[in-house]
Amino acid sequence: MSWQPIIDGAVQGARLILTGDSQVIQITVRSLETAAAATGLAALVGMPIGVALGLGSFRGRGFLKTLFSALVGVPTVTLGLFLFVLFSRSGPIGYMQLLYTVPGIALGEAVLVTPLVISFVASAVEAKDMGVRDLARTLGASEYESSLAVLREAWNGVSLALVSSFNRAFAELGIAMMIGGNIEGLTRVLTTTISLQTNMGELGLAFALSYILLIVVLSLNFLIAWLGRER
Amino acid sequence: MTEKKSMSINQRTAVILAVIIVIGIVGAVWYFNQPATGKTRLIVSTTTSFYETGFLQTLKKSFETKYPQYNVSFISQGTGLALATAARGDADLVLVHAPSSEKIFLTNGTGVNRKIVAYNYFLLIGPASDPAGIKGLSIMDALKKIVAQGEAGNALWVSRGDKSGTNTKEIALFKLAGFDTVKLAAEKNPSGNPWYLSAGAGMTATLQLADQKDAYTLTDIASFLNNQANGNIHLVEYVGPGKDMLNVYSVIVISPSWKNYRGTFTAAMDFERYLLTADGQNLFGNFGVQGQTVFKPWIPLKTANTDTTTITWIQNYAYINGTDCPTKFRVQADDLYK
Repeated sequence: MSWQPIIDGAVQGARLILTGDSQVIQITVRSLETAAAATGLAALVGMPIGVALGLGSFRGRGFLKTLFSALVGVPTVTLGLFLFVLFSRSGPIGYMQLLYTVPGIALGEAVLVTPLVISFVASAVEAKDMGVRDLARTLGASEYESSLAVLREAWNGVSLALVSSFNRAFAELGIAMMIGGNIEGLTRVLTTTISLQTNMGELGLAFALSYILLIVVLSLNFLIAWLGRER
Repeated sequence: MTEKKSMSINQRTAVILAVIIVIGIVGAVWYFNQPATGKTRLIVSTTTSFYETGFLQTLKKSFETKYPQYNVSFISQGTGLALATAARGDADLVLVHAPSSEKIFLTNGTGVNRKIVAYNYFLLIGPASDPAGIKGLSIMDALKKIVAQGEAGNALWVSRGDKSGTNTKEIALFKLAGFDTVKLAAEKNPSGNPWYLSAGAGMTATLQLADQKDAYTLTDIASFLNNQANGNIHLVEYVGPGKDMLNVYSVIVISPSWKNYRGTFTAAMDFERYLLTADGQNLFGNFGVQGQTVFKPWIPLKTANTDTTTITWIQNYAYINGTDCPTKFRVQADDLYK
């Protein structure tokens, strides 16, 4: 009896996938889009900072590294609350109308995963031989080009950072809920729908969507790993 | 040589990730720049019990069919937060069920044009084994017995504990019976454990906690029916509809003079008026959960004026100074209060 929702969910999940349920497709696509946008923004901001942090030798570097590492652990409900007040119509950037919109969720998730990107990239870059950068410089590369060279060498760590950020953003509930509001047809994503169905007592459907979420995230990760495999 | 090999592998991963990121950014930019569909967005913050029953979908569809120029978004947050969200200007009107909080919402200038739209009853439910022996008792006697049996270590109570409308009602009922829930929550039974458990959660989670612990609790009828039907809980009803168990839903619009007013008064009033029309009231009356209607429309009851008992109960419980909304809190809406 207690296994019921777990099994029931598998059956419902299969049915939803096979019939190509349009609502499920909509929320899945929305989850993918917000996670991808969040990762993109985090990459734009985080990679340069991560590289600078990893290669730099300035005062306070150790402090910053620890800071970003710690920020990875900020509770999403706290961050969500902070952003909620920030994005509110009566808040400082309320004029941008970000609350209860998809861009708002993407931005919120970007803020969430940027410390992750910075932290991972900094570590990855630091682990690489400093000689790479000096070598590039002696070969005539500019500061920017030599940093790019380091990035290429540290690519394994950097790609791990980006994939992890994507996974983290995809699985995010708190921020999507608080900033998005789980509005049907507008800001509802996989995680918030699972939460809603759970709150409505529809455990079977909640499990079904959970299976779908897991299938999507696993497929994506395996795909990326396979495409980047050793030949 | 190894370097070259690892470069080509990494380049492929890089390309894939870059594609994903670019799609993401383009998608985000596209969303941002979506041409305005020309629809006015109306944001209604409302109680979780409406949200969790699926009633809001019905309401949205009907309203938007009648008024295609609007796009309604419902935010479900629990009464306390719903009112706070509206006060911050993030919602244009509220649909809640806590008259005491609503009164404050009016008197501090945030809301205007409050109108009662529907009602139903809370239920006192508990384990079939009835450890506190409250079968057949009135709500007041039942609560007194639960407290006595709880303190004696024979029974448990679960509270929403989240300032929701249901929680507010629960606190008021205990107060009427002569108890302060804050004190009850701090008590320990003979085994040294609390018997009044504060869940700090939504209705379904609270029901499941009560079910697992064989405890008594207060619930709204829709959540109860839903969770019973899908086998999540095996609790039974002990005290049902009655004067003290009233649950009254009202709509309040943000005042145009409020500091965070966002210019949506006309749209919000369109929505409020819709709820009061025959169509709107029928939506409440026809909405079923597990084959039972769970909301009773207020306007037909008042107009017919035959069930004076219920009407008087509701007026005593949810009216403010003899009306839905005192004159000074009305804006361009006197026709609603004839």
